[in-house]
Amino acid sequence: MEKLRKGKFTVTGEVTPRKGADPRQILEVLSHLKGQVDAVNVTDNQRACVKASSLAVSKVLLDAGVEPVFQLTCRDRNRIGLQSDLLGAHMLGVRNVLALSGDHPTIGDNPLAKPVYDLDSTQLIEAISGLKRGEDMAGNKLDSNTEFFVGAALSPGAEDTEVELIKARRKIEAGAQFFQTQVVYDVDGFISFMKSMPKTPVLAGIVPLKSVKMAQFMDEKIPGVSVPKMLMDELDHSKNPLETGINQAAEIIRSVKPHCSGVHIMALGQEQHVKTILEKAGLGYLD
Amino acid sequence: MIITEKKPIKEVLEAIGKVKTVAVLGCGRCATSCGTGGEAQVKEMAALLESEGYRVVHSSVVEAQCDERLTRLALRGIGEPDAYVSMSCGSGASALAQHTEKRVVPSNNTMFLGVVKRAGEYAQMCLMCGDCRLSETAGVCVNARCNKKLMNGPCGGSKDGKCEADARRDCAWALIAEKYRKTGRIADLSKRRKSKMVRK
Repeated sequence: MEKLRKGKFTVTGEVTPRKGADPRQILEVLSHLKGQVDAVNVTDNQRACVKASSLAVSKVLLDAGVEPVFQLTCRDRNRIGLQSDLLGAHMLGVRNVLALSGDHPTIGDNPLAKPVYDLDSTQLIEAISGLKRGEDMAGNKLDSNTEFFVGAALSPGAEDTEVELIKARRKIEAGAQFFQTQVVYDVDGFISFMKSMPKTPVLAGIVPLKSVKMAQFMDEKIPGVSVPKMLMDELDHSKNPLETGINQAAEIIRSVKPHCSGVHIMALGQEQHVKTILEKAGLGYLD
Repeated sequence: MIITEKKPIKEVLEAIGKVKTVAVLGCGRCATSCGTGGEAQVKEMAALLESEGYRVVHSSVVEAQCDERLTRLALRGIGEPDAYVSMSCGSGASALAQHTEKRVVPSNNTMFLGVVKRAGEYAQMCLMCGDCRLSETAGVCVNARCNKKLMNGPCGGSKDGKCEADARRDCAWALIAEKYRKTGRIADLSKRRKSKMVRK
């Protein structure tokens, strides 16, 4: 994420570990992303479903020569577990962390799991800031400092944007250095939100739509996401919705580019199309 | 008050097991209010146990089963039944168990410290965490009412003001924001809240 630190437009991708211990699936996804994006997020038991650990998969990325963004949620670990995993991650060479509260266990595939939430995402960011200063949350000294680049989540389409902005400022105060947003389809809404955001870099979330059904699902079910009617109609009338979705994603990237510091592409199994999306968005190169 | 719910009777009978004599003790406080351990429920339980072949040697309602002094008094003169059925909360059953070597079988599950909305409808608004921050969150306890216990909420998961984990539940942080907005204190939300100083 050196580019983002230096203020250059940055593209990140994402791998979502599946339910299993075979790294070949990760490597397959990486083969589509490597060279196309600057760094790749590894989700932490996304949707509260049991997957391979985001820390272990971050190491798989490092071994494959891909810079990981280690996603870390407060759902499954108390402050000892969180700080310990962060120190371990640093030891393995992980430097980028995305601090999240995490989806609640009830929506996942082990719904009786005890929700931990000892910390919230803001407090986790604060804890990471402490590790960077060389101390744990209780003020005990570490034998070495750490150098994390700390990211946080942002929802420009939140129901209460005023509160969302307050939250973002609190996270910045706690030490957040960049934001990754919820998926953006409503470009106008995003641009208007960005006008009130402080200067901290923001990567806009991009998910290419595959069908009008998917668009409706995202619009209705995913908090903070609204899909404009125009995009829905296009998909509905398209003979090749997949291609239409790719074009739409590229167009969204073009439109948001002047208003943010980068994009975070969550291809959800369509990683083979990331290259095309970026080319169509005029970003089809990476130095 | 402490909200209790009746356990399925099958579970209670299984826990009593193969004994002959049983005593049934209700509780005059919360369990009476909840209808899980008052006079009527104690009588009903005693009759049911008799019909199941147990000999009920005693049944009464202790003034407050969680008060060991009162429970100890109540135990005097009961004799030595093979088992006690405690129709109280977990505290009451535990207090009882401090003063007998016999089996203590709770007939209730203890749910939470509740606010009574109307008869039979209770809401959990406090977790008894021991570090009350209600003054910082517009009188809405995030520990009890946010499923993620976020001190710096909301999370990104609420939809139409409802909780991601339970769509029947209001998002605590939406309630807090609404209250602050009404009183022109929305800026108060800017204050970053420290991590919990207690383990609950």
